[in-house]
Amino acid sequence: MSDPKGRARVGVYVCHCGTNIAGVINVKDVAEYGATLPNVVVSREYKYMCSDPGQELIHQDIHEHALDRIVVASCSPLLHEHTFRTATEAGGLNPFFFHMVNIREHASWVHTDKPAATVKARDMLRAAVKRVVRHRALETRSVPINPDVLVLGGGIAGIHAALTLAKAGKKVYLVEREATIGGYMAQFDKTFPTLDCAACILTPKMSSVKAHPNITLWTYAEVTRVDGYVGNFKVEVTRYPRYVNEALCSGCMQCVEACVYKEGRVPDAFNFGLSKRKPIYMPFPQATPSVVLVDPEACIDFKSGKCKKTCIEACDRDAIDLKQAKDVQQITVGSMIVATGFQPFDVKRTPYYGYGRYPNVFTSLEVERLVNASGPTGGEVVGRDGKKPKAVGIIHCVGSRDKNTNAWCSRVCCMYSLKLAHLIREHTEAEVFNFYIDMRTPGKGFEEFYQRLLHEGVHFIRGRVAEVTDWAHDRSEDGKLVIRVEDTLLGTVRRVPVDMVVLSAGLEPREDAQDVRRLFNISCATEGFFLERHPKLAPVNTTTDGIFLAGCCQGPKDIPDTVAQAGAAASEALSLIDAGEIELEPNTAYIEADHCSGCKTCIPMCPYSAISFVAERDQVAVNRAEINEALCKGCGTCVATCPSGSIHQNLFEDDQIFDEIAGLLEFAR
Amino acid sequence: MSAPGHTASPERYLYFPGCSLKSTGAAYEESLLTMFRLLGAGVDELEDWNCCGATSYMAISEHSAFALAARNLALAQRTGAHELMAPCSACYLVLMKTLDYRKRYAQVDQSVREALDRAGLPTTNGVRVRHPLEILYTDFGAARLKSMSVRKWTGGRLACYYGCQAVRPYSEVDDPHQPTRMEALLNAVGVPTVDYTLRTKCCGGSLTGTIPTVGVRLNYELLKEAVRNGAEAIVTICPLCQFNLDAYQAQIRADIWKTLEVPVLYLTQVLGWMLGGEWKELGLNRSISGAKVLRRWLTAPKEKEAYV
Repeated sequence: MSDPKGRARVGVYVCHCGTNIAGVINVKDVAEYGATLPNVVVSREYKYMCSDPGQELIHQDIHEHALDRIVVASCSPLLHEHTFRTATEAGGLNPFFFHMVNIREHASWVHTDKPAATVKARDMLRAAVKRVVRHRALETRSVPINPDVLVLGGGIAGIHAALTLAKAGKKVYLVEREATIGGYMAQFDKTFPTLDCAACILTPKMSSVKAHPNITLWTYAEVTRVDGYVGNFKVEVTRYPRYVNEALCSGCMQCVEACVYKEGRVPDAFNFGLSKRKPIYMPFPQATPSVVLVDPEACIDFKSGKCKKTCIEACDRDAIDLKQAKDVQQITVGSMIVATGFQPFDVKRTPYYGYGRYPNVFTSLEVERLVNASGPTGGEVVGRDGKKPKAVGIIHCVGSRDKNTNAWCSRVCCMYSLKLAHLIREHTEAEVFNFYIDMRTPGKGFEEFYQRLLHEGVHFIRGRVAEVTDWAHDRSEDGKLVIRVEDTLLGTVRRVPVDMVVLSAGLEPREDAQDVRRLFNISCATEGFFLERHPKLAPVNTTTDGIFLAGCCQGPKDIPDTVAQAGAAASEALSLIDAGEIELEPNTAYIEADHCSGCKTCIPMCPYSAISFVAERDQVAVNRAEINEALCKGCGTCVATCPSGSIHQNLFEDDQIFDEIAGLLEFAR
Repeated sequence: MSAPGHTASPERYLYFPGCSLKSTGAAYEESLLTMFRLLGAGVDELEDWNCCGATSYMAISEHSAFALAARNLALAQRTGAHELMAPCSACYLVLMKTLDYRKRYAQVDQSVREALDRAGLPTTNGVRVRHPLEILYTDFGAARLKSMSVRKWTGGRLACYYGCQAVRPYSEVDDPHQPTRMEALLNAVGVPTVDYTLRTKCCGGSLTGTIPTVGVRLNYELLKEAVRNGAEAIVTICPLCQFNLDAYQAQIRADIWKTLEVPVLYLTQVLGWMLGGEWKELGLNRSISGAKVLRRWLTAPKEKEAYV
């Protein structure tokens, strides 16, 4: 289809993207400039190139002007490369005769100097036109999707996603770091705004996970390696020793009774250290799987080897195995759902609120355990001094909406603070004061719950608390914790003496979110929560195909939103699985066989072991390297390594890259 | 205590006394110089220094205040020094503020430059201002102080009082909300401290002179809370804090608290004592309140004093 002189015929399309591009870049100027470039036959501007009429323009021009190369200057290829490749193909061309220029994220969105941004867009366009001329026709390849799914994290998000997939008949591996699934939800007492008991709605789902034949549940385990790509991930899961044989233990707890420690001695993480457990323990009564574990840091036998081992004697199933080693499993899955959750803000980072200094300052999660009937106090709300409080202050936004700690709103604290206010009043009849910046109750039934609390006589004081102190100004404050705050509705500074302070800690990314991000090759936003592919239109996808997000690892959210998102992630995985196969980008490396000297330099460099050396074939000497296209991921390492330059990579050919650079450096005439 | 093969060069500090250390805070200067001598560090007083620009200058004529502070920094720069030690919190804050505002506001920088230029002084904004607490903590460190300490503490528990200006708004001396470096240094040399809740609250500043009912009240609260927190003396790093807490105890005794006797010491006095300094060279004779308590604590008969 090239013109009579054999030159390429390029069509150029510059997109306004509404005002996203046109608000900064002079689109008309860029399109006119495009028309002056060598090989360009048609150069147009259009309001929305991704719309149907926009794509239609491309088909028409291919036919009317016998175009054989297409360049669209618009947004990121991440968003619309596929759209325009399809449009190119629909016009009758090979889809790889298309090239995309990102003048939105790389120009209009990041520059304020309009003329300079226009010049940059022109430069980028010129480079793309030079490059696209060198493009070659390529064939995509399809690979089958492995239908198995890995779900990482056994909180409510992971549980719901795993059950949804299992019910659809898919095999699921649910990997949880802790000894039990359940996550933070298992530690809550009631859930807002309906006040239904968290355990009552969660534990049946936990049991279903354990019982479901399609779910392989690995707790006390971590993913330690991820290889491969969408449809075919190779995952290594390390299961840490719990020193109890999971298959044999029935959870009867006789070993725990028999432990030489008559009383618990180790702070119990499930109760945030408000109670003590023994070295051999069950995380909590409804733990799933219902299997005990041994804490080697606390067990006498691990420390000195001189324990009577009464636990082993007590177990009539011989389930305790103090020599147990870690177990490494290799699995293959087609897609993965990351649901690793959040961590509560460390309130010690706000020392002016006195946590750790004044015993009756609690975190909100500690109070969840205090109000819980199976908690460390059996549901009695009492201070660390054992006294029932007469007045309680709840401080909102601790570690949220504060540029000194975390800038974001944690979304759930207003509502859980209301819930705790209600529960504390119910349990103690204390006066409860909420100190808030703004009440944020945007959810179904949330505002109504707030109104209910106002009528219940809970006090609301608008203002960020300055400090919690035991410095008494007069007798009425003696022995109390005084909350000092500017009441911004009264316009005055107040001192509110209370007996107990609750810090409503915000939600933040888990400490090791960056490690998980690297392991799974996904992205984090600046604050550290995992980044969705698109905030509106691909909220559970990541930039890596086949990996989806659910729950608070993507950002703070409450239980209803978490469950909805987990369902969405599961359905994205299902749609991928049911498609059966997936097209892969043909960006693989290939060897120019005649040029390869058989030096083998490339072979150890390949991270995917895709290159092998072929000495002979059918009794004929070959002595050349060969690339297995199915294993090649297109990383380009071998291309750069080859001393004779005989390895090339599709879509990244030397002439394409050199011409692109030359185009960029060829300053406007 | 240098590692083998490592020749430690002795530290030398250029020192800006400011008015207080030459008058009401004489004990601070005496103990500071003694302490650094015992630590093997040299201290040179900045020649021809002038008022730092604190007091009412900043409120009445900001540009004059910046120019005054900048002159001291420029004098330091002319000696070839990169740093200037300012032990008084007010001096420290004004000097820091001058550095900061010159960087942030072109107008301030320009008026300061013009003033320095007329005086024939270097106009660059390059000298780092340091407070002795931060120097002790980072350049010397708790471990080194511990290894050089020669006395056993024979006194009571101390409340560490940081005041406002040394830790706010600049946070180089210590954490602005919960400073703990004084405690770390004192505990390292064996001096017990208490968890003093009002460690960064206001001492009243010049209100003790202008509106004594407010100023003295604040001092009363600071003393009362220190005692409630279990302290028998207060240790400070600011001459104004020390003066306020020390000088008005007689009035508080007359008004409300008959038995009040709380010595108010400088950090440098306590550390200097632990390093082997003597009573007078640390200015311990200058205490107004709690002098008897101090005598009892720190002049135990020589034979009883356990050398470490």
